[in-house]
Amino acid sequence: MTNRRSEEVWISGTEEPDWLVAGTDEGEQKLKEHEEGGRLTEQTGTRIVDDVLYEGDEDPQERMIINMGPQHPSTHGVLRLQIELEGEIVRRVKPIIGYLHTGMEKTAETLTFMQGPTNVTRMDYLAPMHNELCFSLAVEQLLGVEIPPRAQAIRILLTELNRVSSHLVALATNGMDVGALSMMLYGFRERELILAFFEKTTGLRMNHNFIRPGGVAADLPPGWEVDVQNILDELPPKMAEYDDLLKANPIWLGRTRDVGIITAAECLAYSITGPTLRATGLAHDLRKSAPYSGIEQYDFDVVTGTRGDSYDRYRVKVHEMEQSLKIVKQVLESMPTGDYKTDDRKVTPPPRARIDESMEALIHHFKIYTEGFKVPEGEAYVAIESPRGELGCYIVSDGGSKPLRMHTRAPSFANLQALPILLSDSLMADAVASLASLDPVLGDVDR
Amino acid sequence: MADEPEVVEEPEESVVEPDRLLPADPTLLALIESFEDAEYLVSAGQDIVILPKESVRTFAEAAKSAGFEMAADVTATDYLGKKRVRFEVVISLLSVQHNVRLRVRVPVDAEDPTLDSITPVYPGANFFEREVYDMFGITFDGHPDMTRILMPDDWQGHPLRKDFSTGSVPVQFKEANQI
Repeated sequence: MTNRRSEEVWISGTEEPDWLVAGTDEGEQKLKEHEEGGRLTEQTGTRIVDDVLYEGDEDPQERMIINMGPQHPSTHGVLRLQIELEGEIVRRVKPIIGYLHTGMEKTAETLTFMQGPTNVTRMDYLAPMHNELCFSLAVEQLLGVEIPPRAQAIRILLTELNRVSSHLVALATNGMDVGALSMMLYGFRERELILAFFEKTTGLRMNHNFIRPGGVAADLPPGWEVDVQNILDELPPKMAEYDDLLKANPIWLGRTRDVGIITAAECLAYSITGPTLRATGLAHDLRKSAPYSGIEQYDFDVVTGTRGDSYDRYRVKVHEMEQSLKIVKQVLESMPTGDYKTDDRKVTPPPRARIDESMEALIHHFKIYTEGFKVPEGEAYVAIESPRGELGCYIVSDGGSKPLRMHTRAPSFANLQALPILLSDSLMADAVASLASLDPVLGDVDR
Repeated sequence: MADEPEVVEEPEESVVEPDRLLPADPTLLALIESFEDAEYLVSAGQDIVILPKESVRTFAEAAKSAGFEMAADVTATDYLGKKRVRFEVVISLLSVQHNVRLRVRVPVDAEDPTLDSITPVYPGANFFEREVYDMFGITFDGHPDMTRILMPDDWQGHPLRKDFSTGSVPVQFKEANQI
């Protein structure tokens, strides 16, 4: 038993209990070894030669475990990283999650399919539209209903605008973590443009519950063209400003170039999708490979990087915003007329005017809103390209009006598996830059 | 001479095969054909394979070499009272190069809720399998770190099981014992 205080000032009768000493003994520290040699501990990360300050004789006493988070400003929420440090160098890292777990998948089993979007929209709070779209598409896959072209176009308009706003926050927080505070202010400033449009359209800045099985909740508000055109006019010059600020900024380059490198093969093996995968040079975008909601009619490019480092991930996000605005422009020019939700009567309640004149319509309306509509027995997995990667929704229906099982394949959850690769053998200061470029949303991770 | 028994066996297989629905996609066909115990079906336009849990690891290895680079998702469903076999582990495989998706459903008995982990084949399944363990109590043999991921380490029970009640929780400190 070792006393942490010197003998001279030790007061008898105040010996610390054994459990406390064991808990505070600052001996050799190491993350727990895994039983079979540790597949996890191998961490096939790319060794960055510049970052290895010294090699060879590893003194176990030099190793130290620190906990970064869960209340750390640059962990983007409540992510906790258990980091094994050797001096300034991160040797191993283990993400510990679950601090924001609210059991949304369990909650979904108690909500009808009609109430479902209000639950899933709270998962990835930076891209709520994508969550709603993914859930709605999965339900529609089971229902087998046709969605009118106008509803599809509205969905694409909203999700692509949401992608821009989400990437703006990604750039803003990435800038903040690396020290480019102006970028933080600009990113959040421009996001307001889009959120104001969302508020006008859906009534809320986030958690919209606007995209629902069968279509969207309401038609676009009068004068929406002006608002969207305003966004299209205002954003590109602002994005040019960001490029002036960051693109060739030597400090930004120094903090992000060749930091947090991941290869395409590692991304595929570790189920990492989205801008992180595309920054490695692999043009995998579900909007192209598995088009949804009629996005195949619009002309856009898949943005890829070359090196797979933090800088490429930043560039991919910037160019994806441009491509998304390009899609929004095409939607604005070609918005079809017609219904904004399906006319399938099993899914859509009767219009308000019919309720006054028809008893059956009133009963039908009541039953749809109390019981919910029934979804045929079966299961479907639908994946869409969210700003963070493949967002999947797996729904099992037993023929009732509530899902037997609703599972969300959260992109941030899978992408966190990249952290050991990104951070291993890099400097502690770069850990923050790598983490920020990965852009995890903890609401999406923990659900 | 040694080839002759094989020639005799082949017609027997071709008699069995017409009963079996097989996918049109060549990538899927090559993969599924080699697994006799894999039952192929299409649900809501999506390719599904129902696989006994003994052959999960070998199937994953075959799928990886057939071009499925990514285990996009691993999850489970609790069919308590709906099906004879209570759990079903659902693995979504994605082939980026062939642009094919395949869902593998593995029935898992409630008496012995274990199956082979696919994490050694697909490292990306790591978090997903931990989530399934956390939420359903299904353990994966050969997983490097079979611990809870979302719930606290000392949590009792597995929340997404159908018999895990979401019922009321006693309010803490309501009747704190006066010490």
